[in-house]
Amino acid sequence: MAARIALVSLVVLPLGLLGLLMTLQYTPYITGQSITPDQPVPFSHEHHVGGLGIECRYCHSSVETSRFAGLPPTHTCMTCHSQLWTNAAMLEPVRRSLAEGRPIRWRRVNELPDYAYFDHSVHVRNGVGCTSCHGPVDTMPLMRQAAPLTMGWCLDCHRNPAPHLRPESEIFAGHWAPPPGQEARGAELVRHYGIRTEHLADCSVCHR
Amino acid sequence: MSAAAPPSLPPQASYAEMVGLVADPVLERRPGRLWWIAFGVTLLLTLGFAACLAWLFIQGVGIWGVNTPVVWGFAIANFVWWLGIGHAGTLISALLLLTRQGWRASINRFAEAMTLFAATIAGLFPIMHLGRPYRFYWLLPYPNTMELWPQWRSALVWDFAAISTYIIFSILFWYWGLIPDLATMRDRAHSRLARRLYGIFALGWRGSARHWHRHDVLYRAMAALAVPLVVSVHSVVGMDFAASLMPGWQETIFPPYFVVGAMFSGFAMVLTLAVLLRWGLGLQEIITARHFDAMGKIVLAGSVAMGLSYLTEWFNAWYGGAWIERGHLRFLFTGDYAPLYFAMLVCNVLVPQLLWSGRLRRNLVVAFTVSIVVNIGMWLERILIIWNTLSHTHLPAMRHLFHPTFWDWATLGCSIGVFGCLFLCFARLLPAVAMHDLNKQLHGEKEARA
Repeated sequence: MAARIALVSLVVLPLGLLGLLMTLQYTPYITGQSITPDQPVPFSHEHHVGGLGIECRYCHSSVETSRFAGLPPTHTCMTCHSQLWTNAAMLEPVRRSLAEGRPIRWRRVNELPDYAYFDHSVHVRNGVGCTSCHGPVDTMPLMRQAAPLTMGWCLDCHRNPAPHLRPESEIFAGHWAPPPGQEARGAELVRHYGIRTEHLADCSVCHR
Repeated sequence: MSAAAPPSLPPQASYAEMVGLVADPVLERRPGRLWWIAFGVTLLLTLGFAACLAWLFIQGVGIWGVNTPVVWGFAIANFVWWLGIGHAGTLISALLLLTRQGWRASINRFAEAMTLFAATIAGLFPIMHLGRPYRFYWLLPYPNTMELWPQWRSALVWDFAAISTYIIFSILFWYWGLIPDLATMRDRAHSRLARRLYGIFALGWRGSARHWHRHDVLYRAMAALAVPLVVSVHSVVGMDFAASLMPGWQETIFPPYFVVGAMFSGFAMVLTLAVLLRWGLGLQEIITARHFDAMGKIVLAGSVAMGLSYLTEWFNAWYGGAWIERGHLRFLFTGDYAPLYFAMLVCNVLVPQLLWSGRLRRNLVVAFTVSIVVNIGMWLERILIIWNTLSHTHLPAMRHLFHPTFWDWATLGCSIGVFGCLFLCFARLLPAVAMHDLNKQLHGEKEARA
């Protein structure tokens, strides 16, 4: 009996352990996908974008010109909140930030390691819309990481960008789903933006 | 067993006596004081090895003497050396089985154990010498979230595949041969614990004709797989060097030359262990002068093959006419490492010539001394392949010497301790000689006489 157990476990144990290690890497414990961290101020994109219709670039102003989309400074909040909800307890850290001249310590939701060079502007100017990577932000009461942000996830699009490309007018649309005929439109957009897909998956594109 | 071969076992021996000779030191006798001293020392060295590893992982590979041109130092030399030692076990087991050399029965088990321990230690060095050892699994072709695969054109990736295959295969081959003997140990053991443990690992072996038939078929099939495996594994190790563009490395002779070197150093190590084991476990009747005679001949053949390889290397370096190759040749004999190179030639080519004499082959003191000298010589060869080439590269501005640090020496010394510790445990826990093979051999010899 003991010998049989030994025989079976000789096969099952290593295979099971291997299987566990293989699946673990795809889970949110490792990728951080769909995790919603606590923020110093519970900023709601659902309210500001979905409800009030503020466009992405109002706050993330450098997204078309810089690597970083930029987090708005306290002054951006205060363009409205110096007049609106001036006594709200929820906004106390924002007022303190302005008074003390100290930035609010937001916690990053989408974070890449520093050896991966990511550039927002090159994506935004070449037909990749916000929701393709960040999900339907206009329905998120608190910000969460919508995509796994793994290298494989990046490469899936870099190897075949056409299904995700949009014309300039739709980049900042809150909701976007590929329209019928996206296949032909995407191929057309690849030409329109002058994207050289053959080099998009080279090492030096991101790991510079 | 051909009638012409001289008997390797005492003619009057009985089967039970043979089993007793092997099993009793493990089951009946308690380890002596000498064993405990040796175990204590090697255990300390094993802990030292752990300390070397820990300090290496904390501080990085910079604790070794490696520098920018000589990027491979002791770690790779130790790796090739240990792996070379690890090849003799499989050669003895598989090649001598396929060529029906019955005398292998007395030495194959501990030679395979030697293979296993040496290959495992060897396997650690390529991981240790990585700057980021915790990422070694990236050498494995597994589906991952990066959608990244190993570069199959690198000889170092072949290495990873070759060594892991080799270690897994060695374990299986060794264990498969061990099963009938584990059943014998199970049946002879007195204590409940020993019976139970040997019983678990014997996997319910009953020794029926069907068991034996299947066992032999698979064992032979594995032996037939093992020979090409050994040859290809060490050829791949040779290609780590030969696939490069460096003078002294880019030589087509490397794969067979490395395999012969592995056989040479491996058999020397088997010789060393045979002398020690024979004395330690009292196996004088099992490991006889005939075995030392046969192994001595193989070591001698290896030495001649090595000498021919050196001659070929020198000749081709001169005959090829490339200035860098000739410069390399000059550096071998007149460069900074020349004394070591001469020492290596003495150890590998000159000293083993003693074994031409049958009387000296059968003399244990000579056999032991020569085997130690050969292993030193083969280690020198591995380190000099690295040093001579990398210290004498194409660009004169890039020429630097290698100066080993304390940690280089400590890692090498402690790795020998790890090997010793594993081997001492093996000698105390498992039958050091394949009892069933031994009795098959005895049976054959009795038949031949009848």
